[in-house]
Amino acid sequence: MRPVSVIFGRFLGRCSSLQASRQLATGSTCTIRDALNQALDEEIRRDPNVFLMGEEVAQYDGAYKVSKGLWKKHGDSRIWDTPITEMGFAGIAVGAAFAGLRPVCEFMTFNFSMQAIDQIINSAAKTYYMSAGKVTCPIVFRGPNGAAAGVAAQHSQDFSAWFAHCPGLKVVTPYNAEEAKGLLKASIRDDNPVVFLENEILYGQPFPFSDEAKSEDFVLPIGKAHVERVGKHVTIVTYSRGMEFSLEAAKELASIGVEAEVINLRTLRPFDFETIKKSIMKTNHLVTVETGWPFAGIGAEIIAQVIESEAFDYLDAPPYRVTGVDVPMPYTQTLEAAALPTTAHVVKTVKKSLHIQ
Amino acid sequence: MLSVLSKGFKPAANSTVAAATTVTSTRLASTNDVNFTVQSYKLHKLDNGPKTSVTLNRTDALDFYRKMQVIRRMESAAGNLYKEKKIRGFCHLYSGQEACAVGMKAAMTEGDAVITAYRCHGWTYLLGSTTTQILAELTGRIAGNVYGKGGSMHMYEKNFYGGNGIVGAQQPLGAGVAFAMKYRNQKNVCLTLYGDGAANQGQLFEATNMAKLWGLPVIFICENNGFGMGTPIERASASTDYYTRGDYVPGIWVDGMDILAVREALRWSKEYCDAGKGPLMLEMATYRYHGHSMSDPGTSYRTRDEIQNVRKTRDPITGFKDRVVTSGLVTEDELKEIDKDVRKEVEEAVKIATTDGVLPPEALYADIYANTATQEIRGATIDETVKQPFKTTTEVLKSIGRL
Repeated sequence: MRPVSVIFGRFLGRCSSLQASRQLATGSTCTIRDALNQALDEEIRRDPNVFLMGEEVAQYDGAYKVSKGLWKKHGDSRIWDTPITEMGFAGIAVGAAFAGLRPVCEFMTFNFSMQAIDQIINSAAKTYYMSAGKVTCPIVFRGPNGAAAGVAAQHSQDFSAWFAHCPGLKVVTPYNAEEAKGLLKASIRDDNPVVFLENEILYGQPFPFSDEAKSEDFVLPIGKAHVERVGKHVTIVTYSRGMEFSLEAAKELASIGVEAEVINLRTLRPFDFETIKKSIMKTNHLVTVETGWPFAGIGAEIIAQVIESEAFDYLDAPPYRVTGVDVPMPYTQTLEAAALPTTAHVVKTVKKSLHIQ
Repeated sequence: MLSVLSKGFKPAANSTVAAATTVTSTRLASTNDVNFTVQSYKLHKLDNGPKTSVTLNRTDALDFYRKMQVIRRMESAAGNLYKEKKIRGFCHLYSGQEACAVGMKAAMTEGDAVITAYRCHGWTYLLGSTTTQILAELTGRIAGNVYGKGGSMHMYEKNFYGGNGIVGAQQPLGAGVAFAMKYRNQKNVCLTLYGDGAANQGQLFEATNMAKLWGLPVIFICENNGFGMGTPIERASASTDYYTRGDYVPGIWVDGMDILAVREALRWSKEYCDAGKGPLMLEMATYRYHGHSMSDPGTSYRTRDEIQNVRKTRDPITGFKDRVVTSGLVTEDELKEIDKDVRKEVEEAVKIATTDGVLPPEALYADIYANTATQEIRGATIDETVKQPFKTTTEVLKSIGRL
């Protein structure tokens, strides 16, 4: 199933300074979808070797409307509709990257990327190493990832840990609109294979959007985490939609006098451990937040790294994980909600770490 | 198992067939070139195809003979090194299939590309590597094609995209290289090779579909050596007419043991693709003398007699030698001289491949990312975690004075 109508119709926000935002009463905002669209548009214009390929990306305007208007603007030579044939077009995109082009390969959702994972892992990620640097693979695999809404187990999951497991890949997980734009542009300009995991639920959400971000030169560095909120009592490390729960939790915790430091990873590979370590050595407490499964997940990796580092000696409590529940995603709304972490889970876990009743 | 062979070499039903060994030749009066007749091609969805009457000049005759002999000798040397345990892991030999690669290379022009599966030593040589670079890669030495980082299945040259270890993955990759050619309006083709085993991968169907939809200049080439590992084609393929399995993609069956037939088929195919009519699907009927890999003696699923019979009656090198000598194009002595040279070249390559140094341990951490800041790489334990001492193997080689 291609659940194309589920999400994209829900939010119709455009980059606008007039639009009422959930986050800002005034000031400029932009949805993730439009930020991504801008990044693609600008990079396709900037470099003739950049092209977009995927299912329904051209004439249909993108299953989730991320590529809306690009085909009309850039034409057949730059925006390529493919048949439903993930392994095939992912392989073609990788081959084109070997031969010097810079493909942006869209998976309608990352659920379908599993059909193509051999090309991502065995062809894209390893060829630079196997060829001792003779063959590069500048490609971006992008698309919506993470739990969606009401689409059951095969269409609702987070693949972050799958891709972050493999050396040679860069794995980028933006949260807000500026990150979506700045990191996608950086990914397209990068000379390595980048897996760019967008969040399906966040596509239509408006975020603050600075004048700087509107510029064609706005690029954010891959491999750098960002301290989203400064605090001193506990470090919350998260990424993508986990940011939403973590920021809300931090707000709630502030009302009881707990100042949480929230670290937005932005990139899972290369992994910015220094920022995490520094924060823990200040707060002495760690909670990780992700929507993916717990087993061998991102939180597990973060905690393992912390425990093996000097930061371990600074911990005043065991580090804890907030994760998706260790089950496939059920369909019915009540069970679906029960399978995902919430703000309340983050608050509760922070309190546990700080021994607050 | 001879039925497998006869299937592979089955002549076209409605065509006159001249067996390679009884081929006719005519010396052209005006030049020293000689005309040869090659076995008929079988065509799929094509009104006409490559010529069966082909011309060969002296220079090419000597060149083709040398190249086929280099590959044969190099693969024999590799087989021996493997038995001596100087080559590790995988090692798939090309012996028996030389006419395919050498014949195709002869029709390639500047900018054409090749991608193949794991049986890649011969192609790596033809695309620019020395025998030393190939054998030293097999033994994991610095003199190797990728300095020992890739091994038997992962060697690269300009316009040669490997050496791919996952059977079938190279099919869309090759279509992707052809995509880049079309994107840049290059008049080139990408030869995308796979065996009869990989012909059953879904990726071929996927790549063929898009190649046809988009008119990509890709020539899919099935080197049908009769067996996917130890499974004869009849047990693996519902249709063993591999040249027809592109369905809507036109195809040509070629006697892959005859270098002249292969060269002509490729020359014709290139012209076809250059005219914007690609893709095409070729089948080269060939045979491998060795087992699938060095761990396969290659005798449980076929008889020694079968192998001997091919060696005696269809060997691509012996067959070619007979023709060029009988026709008077070259002399037996000239070929003997080449044999001597080739033997010497391979012997020297073996010497380097068995004595050269290996990359220092720092190379383990090199070539993770291109043009990226130095990375911290986790070791087997946290205490062995290092900041990349060198970002690339090139830097490593410079540090030890090897570049």
